[in-house]
Amino acid sequence: MNPSEATPEPTVFRTVNRSVRQEAITGLLFVLPAFIGFVLFYLYPAIRGLWISFTDWNMLREPTFVGFENYLQVFQDEKFWNALWITFKYVLLNIPIQTLLGILLAVAMDRVVKSTVIRGLMILPYLLSNVLVALVFLWLLDPSLGIVNAGLQALGLPKQDFFVSTDQALPTVAFVNIWRHAGFTALLFYAGLQSIPRSVYEAAKIDGASENQTFWRITLPLLRPVTVFVAVTSIIGSFQIFDTVAVATNGGPADATKVLVYYIYENGFAFFKMGYATAMSMVLFAILIIFTLLQLKFFRADQSDLA
Amino acid sequence: MTVQTAKPHKRFEWDRFFAWFGITLVILLSIFPIWIVLKTALSSSTTLFEGASRILPSEPTLDNFKRVLGMVSAEEALKAGGSGQSVNFLKAIKNSVVFTGLIVLGQTFFSALAAYAFARLKFPFRDQIFTLFLSAMMIPGIVLFIPNFITIKNLGWLNTMQGMVAPYILMTPFAVFFLRQFFLSIPRETEEAALLDGASPFMIFWKIVLPMSQGPLATLGILTTIGMWNEFFWPYLIGKDEGVYTLPVALQQFQTQTPQGSPDWTGLMAGAFLSIIPVFILLVVMGKRVIESLAFSGGK
Repeated sequence: MNPSEATPEPTVFRTVNRSVRQEAITGLLFVLPAFIGFVLFYLYPAIRGLWISFTDWNMLREPTFVGFENYLQVFQDEKFWNALWITFKYVLLNIPIQTLLGILLAVAMDRVVKSTVIRGLMILPYLLSNVLVALVFLWLLDPSLGIVNAGLQALGLPKQDFFVSTDQALPTVAFVNIWRHAGFTALLFYAGLQSIPRSVYEAAKIDGASENQTFWRITLPLLRPVTVFVAVTSIIGSFQIFDTVAVATNGGPADATKVLVYYIYENGFAFFKMGYATAMSMVLFAILIIFTLLQLKFFRADQSDLA
Repeated sequence: MTVQTAKPHKRFEWDRFFAWFGITLVILLSIFPIWIVLKTALSSSTTLFEGASRILPSEPTLDNFKRVLGMVSAEEALKAGGSGQSVNFLKAIKNSVVFTGLIVLGQTFFSALAAYAFARLKFPFRDQIFTLFLSAMMIPGIVLFIPNFITIKNLGWLNTMQGMVAPYILMTPFAVFFLRQFFLSIPRETEEAALLDGASPFMIFWKIVLPMSQGPLATLGILTTIGMWNEFFWPYLIGKDEGVYTLPVALQQFQTQTPQGSPDWTGLMAGAFLSIIPVFILLVVMGKRVIESLAFSGGK
C-alpha cells in the first residue's frame, strides 16, 4: 500500500497554526535519529560491503581493487562449496522436522489444552540464548560425563560421541536447534489455527467428515500461509546459523560443522581476508533473496484462502 | 439418512491420549535440560562425576554461584575446579543489563518518533525513505556485521559499550515498520482536538500517541529484550575486553578459558543458570504478553 494514498489529510493538519513547511521540518526532525542510524549502520555498510567485496584487503594496508576476482575465487573454493553443502544439509535436517513437530504440537494443543502456562513452558527453550543452549547440550551430550550417555549406558546402549563425531556433529547441532525452536514453531502454528473460523469445522462435522479428513482437507490447507511463512523464515534463519557452531564445535570436527557463516567469519576475523569474506556474504545474500522472493510469491497466492 | 454425530461415550479416545502424551513429552524435554543446569550448578565438582546419572545433586552447594560471582578468591576457585582466571559474571550481568536496557529504550523511542512521522506528518521524500527502510529488512546480518565492525573500529569504539549499542540504539527497520502500522490504525480525531488547542506534534506524540500505544510498545520491548539479551555475534566481535563482556560472551569465554582437560562444568552451569533467571522472571511476570509478542513476531 502506498502510504501517501492512505487517507486524505484533514484540513486541520494543514491550516491551523501550522504551515506545510513547519510540518515538513517537524517530520524530518522526528525521522532524523532513526535516519542517521539507518544510513550509518544499514545503508552505508551495505554499499561499503559491496565495495569491499571487490577488493583485496587485510585491514592493515589500503584495500586494492580486484574486480570480480573474489567472486571467481569463491566459486572455485572447495571449502566454500563444502560450507554451502553443510549449511544446506543442516537446513534439510532442521526445517522439515521442526515444521512437522510444530504443526503436530499445535494441533494437539488446539484439541486438548489452551493453557497459557503450557504454551509458556513450551517456548522457554526459545527464550534462551544460542550460546547458553549450546553449552547446556555440550554438557548433556558430553561423551564421558554427560547424562545422556549415562542414560544410554543404563539402558544397555552404546555411548555416543555427538558433537565430537564427524558423522554426528551436524545432526546434533540440528537437533539442538530443533529443541530450541519446536515450541516456538508450535506457537506460530497454534496462532494460525486460532484464526481458522470454528464454523468451518462445524460445517465439516455436519457433513460427516472424520477427524483425519478434517485435518488433511481443512486444517492443513488453511494453515498453508502460516506454513509457507514459518518454513521460509526458518530456512532464511537456518542459513545464517553461527552461534551454536561457534560455541559447540568451532566448525569441527574436521570441518564437519563448518557452515557458511562460520566460514565467512573465519575468513574475515581469523584470516583477515575482508574482501573475500564480504564477497561470500554477498553470495549468501543472493541465496536468501531467492527464498524471500519465493515467500512473497507463495504468500500472495495464498492470501485469498480464508477470504 | 442418518448422520453419525457422536461416538459411543465409553470408548477410550486414543487421539486425545496421544495429544496429551506428545505435549507432556515436549514439556518434559523442554524443562529437563534446564533442570540439569541447576542440578550441575548446585553440585560440587568432586561429586559431579559419580553423580552424573542422578536426578538430584548429591551434596547441594552454592559454592559455584559464589565462585562465578567472584565471591571467593582465585586460589579457592582453582581448588574447586575453576580455571583460576575466572570470568566476572557479576560484571557481565551488569553489562548485559546496560546493553539490553540502552537498546530497548533508545530503539523503541527513536523508532516510535520516526514511525509517527512516517504515519502522520508530511515531509519531502517521506515514502521513498520509508521504502528504503523496509528494503533493509532483507539484508542478512553477516553482510552488515563486517562493514559495521570496520566502522566501529575506525571510530575507535572497539571494546566499548557505545560500540556495542551503536548499530541498534537508533532504529531497526522492523521496529519502525511495526509501530508505523499501529500508528496508522489510530483514528485521527484523537489528535485533532489537541492540534486545535495548539499542542506541538511532539506533545501530541508524547502525551497522546505513546500512552495509547502501550500494547505495541510492550510487544516491541519484549521482542527487543529477548533478542538483545541473547545476542552473541555482535557483542562478541566488538567486546573482546572482559570489562564489556555481555552474558552470552562471558559464558562462551568462560568455556574456552578452560585449562586442558574437561571444562569447569559446575562453574559454567552456575553462570548459565544466572543468565536464565531474568528470562524466567520475564516469562513468569509477563507470560501472556511474552507469548502474544512472540506469536506476533512470527505472524504477518
